[in-house]
Amino acid sequence: MPLAKNNGENMSRESLKQKNEITSDAVADVHDLTVSYHIHPVLWNVDFQVPCGKLMAIIGPNGAGKSTLIKAMLGIIPVTSGWVKIFGDSYKKVRSRIGYVPQRGSVDWDFPTTAIDVVMMGRYGHLGWFRRPKKKDREISYAYLEKVGMQDFANRQISQLSGGQQQRIFLARALAQEADIYFMDEPFAGVDVVTEKAIVNLLFELRSQSKTVVVVHHDLQTVKEYFDWILLLNMRKVAIGAVDEVFTEENLRKTYGGKLAILSKAANAMTKGRVDGTFD
Amino acid sequence: MELLTSSWWIFDEIGKYFLVEGSTRRWVMFAAILLGISSGVVGTFAFLRKQSLLSDAMAHAALPGICLAYMFTGVKDPLLFLLGASVTGLIGAIIATEIPRHSRIKIDTAIGLVLSNFFAFGIVLLTIIQKNFSGNKAGLDSFLFGKAALLARYDIYVMGSMCLLLLGITFIFYKEFKLLTFDRSFAITLGLPVRYLELLITLLIVLAVMVGLQAVGVVLMVAMLIFPAAAARQWTDRLGLMILISAFIGAFAGAVGSFCSAIVAKVPTGPVMVVVCSFLLIVSMFFAPNRGLVPKWLRLRKSRQRIRRENILKSCYKTCEEHNNWKMNFTIENFFAYFKLPRYLLRHYLRSLIKREFMSHENGNWQLTEKGLKKALQIIRKHRLWEVYLTKKMDIASDHVHRDAEDIEHAINNEVLHQLDNELKSPQQDPHGKAIPQNVCFSEQERKTR
Repeated sequence: MPLAKNNGENMSRESLKQKNEITSDAVADVHDLTVSYHIHPVLWNVDFQVPCGKLMAIIGPNGAGKSTLIKAMLGIIPVTSGWVKIFGDSYKKVRSRIGYVPQRGSVDWDFPTTAIDVVMMGRYGHLGWFRRPKKKDREISYAYLEKVGMQDFANRQISQLSGGQQQRIFLARALAQEADIYFMDEPFAGVDVVTEKAIVNLLFELRSQSKTVVVVHHDLQTVKEYFDWILLLNMRKVAIGAVDEVFTEENLRKTYGGKLAILSKAANAMTKGRVDGTFD
Repeated sequence: MELLTSSWWIFDEIGKYFLVEGSTRRWVMFAAILLGISSGVVGTFAFLRKQSLLSDAMAHAALPGICLAYMFTGVKDPLLFLLGASVTGLIGAIIATEIPRHSRIKIDTAIGLVLSNFFAFGIVLLTIIQKNFSGNKAGLDSFLFGKAALLARYDIYVMGSMCLLLLGITFIFYKEFKLLTFDRSFAITLGLPVRYLELLITLLIVLAVMVGLQAVGVVLMVAMLIFPAAAARQWTDRLGLMILISAFIGAFAGAVGSFCSAIVAKVPTGPVMVVVCSFLLIVSMFFAPNRGLVPKWLRLRKSRQRIRRENILKSCYKTCEEHNNWKMNFTIENFFAYFKLPRYLLRHYLRSLIKREFMSHENGNWQLTEKGLKKALQIIRKHRLWEVYLTKKMDIASDHVHRDAEDIEHAINNEVLHQLDNELKSPQQDPHGKAIPQNVCFSEQERKTR
């Protein structure tokens, strides 16, 4: 992973010039991040900072690179250039303070395991190598299962749960990580209204404990209600800031409008150029 | 008595063949069980990681490794074969997984490519060996389909230590393997070195394949790896238990395979083991309690029967309601005319309704009992309340709701019924103007005379 640590200091100064960004209490700092799948660029030079204790939504059209951004920040996929700092350090050093909720569709739910077992996986980071979860971990996991209202399903095989219940299990697992910053990839996708409300209340509770939550979100109508910070993304950063200021028609048009067609054309040209060997 | 003596004979045979000190058959059985256990345990992960085909490619890719090891050293040492086979097997696996990452060729094609090319190369080497190394009839072709009878004491030692190694690694890394197999990206965020762990799992699969090569051979080895795990999956929803069951199935197949080849002349151990495994897999697929096809079919049949019984009660109720007579008599011909079911089936349902005391039968006349009337009333209430719910709460036209209610009346329980009633504030009529009865008085024989 090309993480340029040494030139990190002076480069971050540069990015501070941009207004609308809070720096003093930033918990995550993304600088000039470029990510490519194979040779096709998905994110271009993305700069932003996540302020502490906010619920931040990442909004953008399909294929804007929202999930990619989260995955790149956590080192799940390699970055082409740029760097990410969480709590002022490489994500590798602060893993125990990071919680993650992947997309529900990213795993095979027919895996032979139970709901409580999945939640217990959130404790693995605290356990370290070779050690089996202990009674205390089981109790903690059960408490978080209760928190998402799934205690009656603790010993249920996970394929027998509904989509909303599976999403709650994933959320409980992230809670069991007892992290300071959470990254959630579309936690509201395919869940019923009751589950959505339950999840939102949990997010509010996390915020009240001054934890930071970054959520990939799809539904523009609920942005104002659920979140207080927002990142508009479409292959590049369009805008970031408080919802009241940034969530404007102008910015949305920029994010979802046709202007970006040029950028994706450029990406295609770049892919083509590399395939043909026109440039490196 | 005869049966008893015949079973004694079997025990005699077992004793004669396996318990005699220094008997080679004893070693063969031991080896087959070891092989079954190790491939059963490691196969669980291969199966769950959907790497069945990849394992097959690894097994086939072992052949050139064995041949090369022999060509370079000229000795037949199982440890050397194991090393050679592991190297080419691993190379094959890596090539098969790397091709789709760097090109537009999909994984199945890449696996096919590796499997056939390595195997073909192995066959070529085998022919060269048979021509040029004639002084030592190497018998390397026994690696194709395996020849357990050739196993010697030294082979068992190698297999045994490999088996222990596999079990030990699986036990130590159980938690990590489980997380990696279930949710790879989450494993990365926890800081697990997933690349190395994946390589380790691949290495385990290669080793398990190698343990089985001498007894089962490259062609059939994948079956020993995947079938026990696939069978075990049908019986349990816990990973730990699945591994145990899978190991047990593998060991059982090993025992049966070696026993068959011991008592019947010229029956090969490996293929028998594979046949036993596939038999167990088929049995599990059909008869395992939750996932099996037969229990599933039985559950389906049971609910269909219940629905048909409920429909009979319901139509009796409706007819009674029309005539305002709860003690109406029906003849069997009434039922035949009304329900488009085979007569024997209808008779069967009516009989089971009598058994449940929902209906009574006298001189060819059928009647609802008090219990049956109450049951029918519940169904009717579910039906009509649901119709009201659909029209009132979901704004569906009243002529669209009957079909839906026909299904829902069999599905919802009394708790939901109560909830529906509360939410709709106990309506008196359904959208078609029919009454929604709270309860009926059975003793009131004819409320109104027509």
